Amino acid sequence: MANPAVNPPGLTGPQPIEKPAVKGAMAREQSKSLVLKMSRREIGDPIFQIAMLTCALAVLGLLALIVYELVLRSGLSWRAFGFKFFAGSEWDPVEEHFGALPFIYGTLVSSVLALLIAVPLAVGVAVFTTEMCPPVLRGPLSFFTELLAAIPSVIYGLWAIFVLVPLLRSDVQPFLARTLGWTGLFAGPPFGYSMLAAGIILAIMIVPIISSITREVLTVVPQHQREGVLALGATRWEMIRMGVLRNARAGIMGAVILGLGRALGETMAVTMVIGNRPEIAKSLFAPGYTMASVLANEFSEATGNIYLSALVEIGLALFFVTIVVNALARVLVWTVTRGQPARAHA
Amino acid sequence: MPEPALAPADQRTVPPISWWRRITDHFMTGLAVLTVILVLVPLVAIFGYLVYRGIGSINWAFLTQTPKPVGEPGGGMANAIVGSGFILAIASIIGVPLGIGAGIYLAEFGRGRFGDAVRFTADVLNGVPSIVIGIVAYSIVVLQQRHFSALAGGVALAIMMIPTITRTTEEMLLLVPQALREAAYGLGIPRWRTTLSITLRTATSGVITGVMLAFARVAGETAPLLFTAFGNQFWNLRTDQPTAALPLQIFVYANSPYDDWHRQAWAGSFVLIVLIVTAVAAVRFAVRRGTFGAA
Repeated sequence: MANPAVNPPGLTGPQPIEKPAVKGAMAREQSKSLVLKMSRREIGDPIFQIAMLTCALAVLGLLALIVYELVLRSGLSWRAFGFKFFAGSEWDPVEEHFGALPFIYGTLVSSVLALLIAVPLAVGVAVFTTEMCPPVLRGPLSFFTELLAAIPSVIYGLWAIFVLVPLLRSDVQPFLARTLGWTGLFAGPPFGYSMLAAGIILAIMIVPIISSITREVLTVVPQHQREGVLALGATRWEMIRMGVLRNARAGIMGAVILGLGRALGETMAVTMVIGNRPEIAKSLFAPGYTMASVLANEFSEATGNIYLSALVEIGLALFFVTIVVNALARVLVWTVTRGQPARAHA
Repeated sequence: MPEPALAPADQRTVPPISWWRRITDHFMTGLAVLTVILVLVPLVAIFGYLVYRGIGSINWAFLTQTPKPVGEPGGGMANAIVGSGFILAIASIIGVPLGIGAGIYLAEFGRGRFGDAVRFTADVLNGVPSIVIGIVAYSIVVLQQRHFSALAGGVALAIMMIPTITRTTEEMLLLVPQALREAAYGLGIPRWRTTLSITLRTATSGVITGVMLAFARVAGETAPLLFTAFGNQFWNLRTDQPTAALPLQIFVYANSPYDDWHRQAWAGSFVLIVLIVTAVAAVRFAVRRGTFGAA
């Protein structure tokens, strides 16, 4: 960006007398003739802009590359099975029969189970930290949740194998079978490794995400909404319900969907506890399999092109589902935090 | 006109809050506290158990030796610790410049619709499951090289780092006051020089925060390494060979039937978490001292 103000007519030529007084870059700049300076500036800026543009294009390119590779490598399976791939429930690599339904079912059930457990807890924590918490506790609480988001998934899985699963097997599952066994959801032998274990570990993992985004959304609710409701004589809970939660509904929904996106794609911890059996069972005590964990377990051992292609197709399906879910969540969170405050009865 | 005097406080007619509303209020407060406790219990349990088992399992052999053959006790994960560092270094070399560059573009040039498209793409990329990124790295690197390699693992992790770095860099650069840029232009400094030496320099601590967050996020990633870096029982520092990584080793050992391997899995987890927490804590420390580091 050439700025004519820097070079008023009187100063254009070299000025040897003043030169020693100016240091660094400016001195070097001034020692060169104007022509040289201008040409360097004119070359430097476009080059810089193009270089940065290339980086930005690389981000777009990456997404395109992901889509391209997934579509390309799943083509074989797509041509062989078509839509039946997502409806078939038989997964037999030896006979080369591939149906992805058990994995889709496992992914959905484990994620929904995780949400059922995590959402009330996460929203409760967010409400507590923004509306009720004494300021002394706020810092440590948010630091702790940040720390939890930093724990790798494989460590959650390790803990689940050695603590959660034995606990489920010895105490929780027998208890649930005795009290709620009649529903059919908690029936069968208590192995420990089960859909239930996967749902619980996923819930533990997504609580920090949902609660931190919910907290963000709640802090954006204008203060006068709270004051207005309080001035009408509301108790604190009524203020939270009518003044805060109602205003933040869309954003909380966004946070929940973001958590769902995370749960759908979560691989390691689930693979370690879900039992890895491609069956569709009604009971949450039965082992299952998810789309991500079949990839983790079988991809590097897949023999034969059609087997590999079928696995990539599962990856493609997983990719599209998470993209849609995430885009939806972004839009919801975005409308709340950047758009104007939602109206009370929107 | 004289204002009507307010009645004394004790005579004002404020409708009393009914006992039912009071109880609901207290009940809901209690419920919120209960959720906090319910969330904290497993989290504290995970941390406590990890530290307890980790410290009990770690020893000198673990940090200096390579794995022993299957079933034989002893040995360690030294090659996996170094391998993880190696793969992360490859990922950083690829991902950090690209991410920062794209962030600079968004902050300095990306006003229009194209910028919004890049922003949205970065957010979407952030949500792509890591295992899917592993598949892509497999098909663009492993299938070309015809074997698993450290490079493939590095590429997978780099793809995961880029969106985080891009978005935080942009955010941090936008925090730099416009007046600083204008002052630089006023001195006749070209735009590229202003961006690099003034804007980026001012936002350094914030940009480093973003890089470290991305680093911490991918340091523990296992899924994208399963069929890219693949793992290795021996030392390897070649980019075209399979390489051991700490998270991979933890996963394999956790699923094994041997007690000694379980012990090593805990020790490995402890080392991994210490590395990550150190990174995060260092970032928090740096941010607190930095000027524009409000993350």
